Amino acid sequence: MFEKVWAAHVIEDEGDAPAVLGVDLHLVHEVTSPQAFAALAARGLRVRRPDRTVATMDHSVPTARRERGGGGPAVLATIDDAGRHQLDTLARNCATHGIALHGVDGERQGIVHVIGPELGLTQPGMTIVCGDSHTSTHGAFGALAFGIGTSEVAHVLATQALLQRRPRTLRITVDGALPAGVTAKDVILAIIARIGVGGATGCVIEYAGAAIRALDMEARMTVCNMSIEAGARAGMIAPDDTTFAYLAGRPHAPAGAAWDRALAAWRALPTDADARFDREVTLAAAALAPMVTFGTHPGMGAAIDAPVPDPAGVADADERAALTRALAYMRVEPGRPLVGHPVDVVFVGSCTNGRLSDLRAAASVLRGRRVAAGVRALVVPGSLAVARAAEAEGLDEVFRAAGAEWRSPGCSMCIAMNGDQLAPGQLAVSTSNRNFEGRQGAGGRTVLASPLTAAAAAVTGRVTDPRTLEVAP
Amino acid sequence: MTAPQFTRVTSHAALLVADDVDTDQIIPARFLKVTDRAGLGPALFADFRASYGAAWPLARPDAAGAQILIVGRNFGCGSSREHAPWALVAAGFRAVIARSFADIFRGNAVKNGLVPVALGDADHAALVAAVTAERATAVTVDLAAEQVGFAGRAAGFTVERFARRCLLDGVDELGYLQARLPAIAAWERAREGAP
Repeated sequence: MFEKVWAAHVIEDEGDAPAVLGVDLHLVHEVTSPQAFAALAARGLRVRRPDRTVATMDHSVPTARRERGGGGPAVLATIDDAGRHQLDTLARNCATHGIALHGVDGERQGIVHVIGPELGLTQPGMTIVCGDSHTSTHGAFGALAFGIGTSEVAHVLATQALLQRRPRTLRITVDGALPAGVTAKDVILAIIARIGVGGATGCVIEYAGAAIRALDMEARMTVCNMSIEAGARAGMIAPDDTTFAYLAGRPHAPAGAAWDRALAAWRALPTDADARFDREVTLAAAALAPMVTFGTHPGMGAAIDAPVPDPAGVADADERAALTRALAYMRVEPGRPLVGHPVDVVFVGSCTNGRLSDLRAAASVLRGRRVAAGVRALVVPGSLAVARAAEAEGLDEVFRAAGAEWRSPGCSMCIAMNGDQLAPGQLAVSTSNRNFEGRQGAGGRTVLASPLTAAAAAVTGRVTDPRTLEVAP
Repeated sequence: MTAPQFTRVTSHAALLVADDVDTDQIIPARFLKVTDRAGLGPALFADFRASYGAAWPLARPDAAGAQILIVGRNFGCGSSREHAPWALVAAGFRAVIARSFADIFRGNAVKNGLVPVALGDADHAALVAAVTAERATAVTVDLAAEQVGFAGRAAGFTVERFARRCLLDGVDELGYLQARLPAIAAWERAREGAP
């Protein structure tokens, strides 16, 4: 599959230079684009394909609950000057270059990796780039999607192409069926724990196997989203009827005769039976359990009921030192499971787990229960469309009744740029994607988990195996 | 436009021998609320530095002024923020020597004249040992020869061919791509016209 998409987009591949790769869709947000637009301005260049460029505001956007429609400047009441300047700069750049912008007052505002699929912009077989490492999310549709730096954002704005070396390929097959209470988030955390945070460096991952095929599109996005946490350039899942059913009728999806033509092309994308991969990894779904991270990178994860590893048992001196430092930072004891560890904050949201199915999962645990005393629980929908859909089925009421905060869309506490952040020393169980030191606020400690596990922690105030709680259907 | 150039640098080195140093450690997200790329030097390792306290390796007087940073495995993992190499360059670094790099960081580094040098385990260990024993050890990163020289020893490394050419010759990547616009436009016409 990767080879087919790659080959279809190589414009030139000569001599010792990297391939010139055509870009179908360029997604833009406020944090990694201003210097790129400035680079174009310095050269007197225009954005070459504004019709293939779509912008949103997500990283710096406050998520304090706000009412839509005529909200105007009041919407941004809590933003600081630097954040406001970033949003204003993006709005000005989009206006100058004729780029569609889903801004804070727009009906389709949301996290860039949530709105792309939602709008039907993300389609199988495309090349998709964005100045954001979680662009790998879009690979769930069989697109080749990867994060780029700001210099490359300028390259794509100016030429709609990129210089790229062909990556290696890694197929990860998850056989069998997932047990109850084990979700896509647990699958990807288990994969990263297995291959390591640098385990897929230089590779595009293809996720395959019965357990992957059985996932819905939102769950597939969760898996592909965290490909970068294993170091991969991108993650891909072959498009199938699940993919096509998701796309049909989306605002930017093809329609009528164009749909039929597109469908025929998409059906030819999946990997041929005799395709060779540079490397293969296989996992058995039945052996997986809810996962939590205990350390300070996403590879430091384990089944929730398994003991946290003891540095004394690690042979490699550098790995031993890293684990020792991580456990000291996290204030986690080795040799016993993380279950029971006290929790200060629960965050449900992000481009990893901020979609409707994620909110439903969290609500299934919170319905009829209360957030434990002393715990702050934030539920941040990934987009305004997700928020509207959740409200239509009363999920917001479930969250509010439980004592959780129902907030407005944005990246929020995943990257902690907008004021939503941990205080030093606080521990969060978070559905986001990175547990690096200070990621959710300087001195903050992060345990990555699924929405079910996060919600279970919210009601008990401790790291809790969601399989031990009765869940309303 | 001029692109950053690099041929060789000789300097004492700063040692930060940790693995998996992610971009949130290199520059925390709160420093990304900028719309230009200047002045990020003080943000470099802002929280990582604080977490080490007095033991922060780059605070050693003998690390001051170092233009070469020695780190461990998988340096620069995490986000795509180009602010990471911007901050390293702003703090005076011209080369980072690691056992391995994360892909996006490596690409971002070369676009800013910061040379990512990946050494084999034995050479890396020898370099760390030499610099640990004598902090004033002169380390030379020679991109043309693809060699790191230190304490009478030479260790080979490779930088991706095109990136190396860009750095040695000051090739401007955007200019290179612009020169290919006719081919890009022809490809687009063929693709968009296809059924």
